Amino acid sequence: MTEEDSSAKMSEDVKRYLKLDPRSAAASEPPPAAALANKSRNFKSFEPPCPDHVLENVLENVLQFLTSRCDRNAVSLVCKSWWRVESQTRFEVFIGNCYSLSPARLTHRFKRVRSLVLKGKPRFADFNLMPPNWGAQFAPWVVATAKAYPWLEKVHLKRMLVTDDDLALLADSFPGFKDLTLVCCEGFGTSGIAVVANKCRQLRVLDLLESEVTDDEVDWISCFPAGETHLESLSFDCVESPINFKALEGLVVRSPFLKKLRTNRFVSLEELHRLMVRAPQLTSLGTGSFSPDNVPQGAQEPDYAAAFRACKSISCLSGFRELTPEYLPAISPVCANLTSLNFSYANISPDMLKPIIRNCHNIRVFWALDSICDEGLQAVAATCKELRELRVFPFDPREDSEGPISGVGLQAISEGCRKLESILYFCQRMTNGAVTAMSENCPQLTVFRLCIMGRHRPDHVTGKPMDDGFGAIVKNCKKLTRLAVSGLLTDEAFSYIGEYGKLIRTLSVAFAGNSDKALRYVLEGCPKLQKLEIRDSPFGDAGLRSGMHRYCNMRFVWLSSCALSRGCCRDVAHALPNVVVEVFGSDDDYDDTVIVDYVETMYLYRSLDGPRKDAPKFVTIL
Amino acid sequence: MAYEKVNELNLKDTELCLGLPGRTEEIKQEQEVSCVRSNNKRQFEETLDDEESTPPTKTQIVGWPPVRSYRKNNSVSYVKVSMDGAPYLRKIDLKTYKNYPELLKALENMFKFTVGEYSEREGYKGSGFVPTYEDKDGDWMLVGDVPWDMFSSSCKRLRIMKGSDAPALDSSSL
Repeated sequence: MTEEDSSAKMSEDVKRYLKLDPRSAAASEPPPAAALANKSRNFKSFEPPCPDHVLENVLENVLQFLTSRCDRNAVSLVCKSWWRVESQTRFEVFIGNCYSLSPARLTHRFKRVRSLVLKGKPRFADFNLMPPNWGAQFAPWVVATAKAYPWLEKVHLKRMLVTDDDLALLADSFPGFKDLTLVCCEGFGTSGIAVVANKCRQLRVLDLLESEVTDDEVDWISCFPAGETHLESLSFDCVESPINFKALEGLVVRSPFLKKLRTNRFVSLEELHRLMVRAPQLTSLGTGSFSPDNVPQGAQEPDYAAAFRACKSISCLSGFRELTPEYLPAISPVCANLTSLNFSYANISPDMLKPIIRNCHNIRVFWALDSICDEGLQAVAATCKELRELRVFPFDPREDSEGPISGVGLQAISEGCRKLESILYFCQRMTNGAVTAMSENCPQLTVFRLCIMGRHRPDHVTGKPMDDGFGAIVKNCKKLTRLAVSGLLTDEAFSYIGEYGKLIRTLSVAFAGNSDKALRYVLEGCPKLQKLEIRDSPFGDAGLRSGMHRYCNMRFVWLSSCALSRGCCRDVAHALPNVVVEVFGSDDDYDDTVIVDYVETMYLYRSLDGPRKDAPKFVTIL
Repeated sequence: MAYEKVNELNLKDTELCLGLPGRTEEIKQEQEVSCVRSNNKRQFEETLDDEESTPPTKTQIVGWPPVRSYRKNNSVSYVKVSMDGAPYLRKIDLKTYKNYPELLKALENMFKFTVGEYSEREGYKGSGFVPTYEDKDGDWMLVGDVPWDMFSSSCKRLRIMKGSDAPALDSSSL
């Protein structure tokens, strides 16, 4: 249907709808006969059939403009017919916890899904707090969607277990498949990727991000079909295996739409140069190793700076996996255009950073290692006035390592980068003063994640707990939706969070608090809280019970190495039938002859379809 | 103890001290936490000997700090190595060596030569090859003159000079 036809039909339908007022049918006046041919005359159980066909057409036309899932969820609650129409017009489905419903429920409700976003394991699984083989398999989802949505175009998975067979089924089942993005996934290898590359002829996006990909010694790059591709984005920087460079070069040459290319560390600087020369249209480049192969002495090296100069559209740079420092200045020609720079795999000193960053006036996203020191952060603060997101990772991620950054760097950033919205900062020492300064200087903050790596570290100047600093953050940053706390914290910090953190959706806590009161403050005070992850804190049964009224409205709660008893977890499970309560320890502790009362890990989440059937032996569902 | 703030600079930041910051508070808190954990375990481990509640040592805690494992294998830091007369430059990751003997042995294997006896006063004697490096200030130094940690963090590249070309790089000329 063309747009004109569609809107003509819509205005016709609107007119007809306006004549047919369902309310009038409930009164004594009979509605037009033609419209009510099938209508029941039992006004007590009034079910309007025909007006709804009209209504549904109208709604369908309107709802196709609604893309936000929050809006769509609201629409679906208006009444049954709105629910029905919304189900038919939702093309992108987001499932934040793959165990919150079954695949059958998805395919039953939504009939025209083109894009699926699925998240599996909770975030603490990234830090070895969850035994392997816990679950989150993609398999049942790909099987169900293969039957229900042959027109499926896009799959984004985060923290799911994906096998090569799953990828093969995906490649076979969806002829129009365009976009595969796997973030923090595992269970597959280069052979699965090869099948996708070969069979998904409409593929535009193949992004493997922070995933574990086994090296099956398959030359997957060569599996892309011959001829021009539709590729727009190819990211394989997490693939820890060599690639066939000649095939990659050939692929890039025949991919005229390629805008994003993120190579892995097996691509040398010379090879990167060749790729850049062949793809000057790139906007996002993952630079691989950024280190030359064994260079003949006295040989003429390629002009790397010239290659960067030629790539006038590059706005996003990452990689630098094995950076050889003397080549870093080659990126200078693109610095002024950069909006995103990721140095977080490179051991970059302040002296190396300063000449680069001083040209990066447009940077919005900057990731780095703490090797840049407070001095480097001061340089960032001096230049990067448009900075929105900063992440500083530890070069030496141990509790008692040296720690070259501190409150000095944090404060400098807060003073220079007033538009900051999101920060992740790993450090060894911090002060309430610096955190408070950030709360006052950066009112746009929505994400504040501070990790003081030494457990229970107080303000290193005053010796006091970090309560006041985090209190200032929740109080002053009125848009805050995500918070991660650390350092020495008493229950008082949590009372501040409960009092002021009214928009907080995600809260991460580790080695903090004194008593159950802390947990209660948060569960009673934060109405928008969706994701709560807590480890190694003295919260027990009383704290868990205080949130009974909340768990149905949350995505999940994770409590590990706290003070929970099995009995209390069972009570929660029995009281809340729509909430699944999983309990497990490390799987080598598993011994089914001993029932222990102490709960090592509790993971609870709401679910429409009850407990999952694929739980491994070491998981107990209460 | 309160420290004055002078022009918003907190002098404590610049003070040198030997211990880790916040250490005394930290140990106290650690003991509190370990009590919480061991209490819970004791309920069903009555038949086992009571564990001694010693203050916890700084063992690595699982999953802490919360950095994903692929980020932890991070310390690659390549420097180029050239040897006078050799056809190819090589590159090595300094972080894979813990001390000078290990590094020198690797270089000897890589370029098939032997380095001479090192002495602080006279540099390398006996082989005709002198390992040198460029530090972050751009100065060329003799490998071995400074402590290993200082060397590995400041070395930008290595050059193994042939004895006849090498200037007298002993400590008296620095």
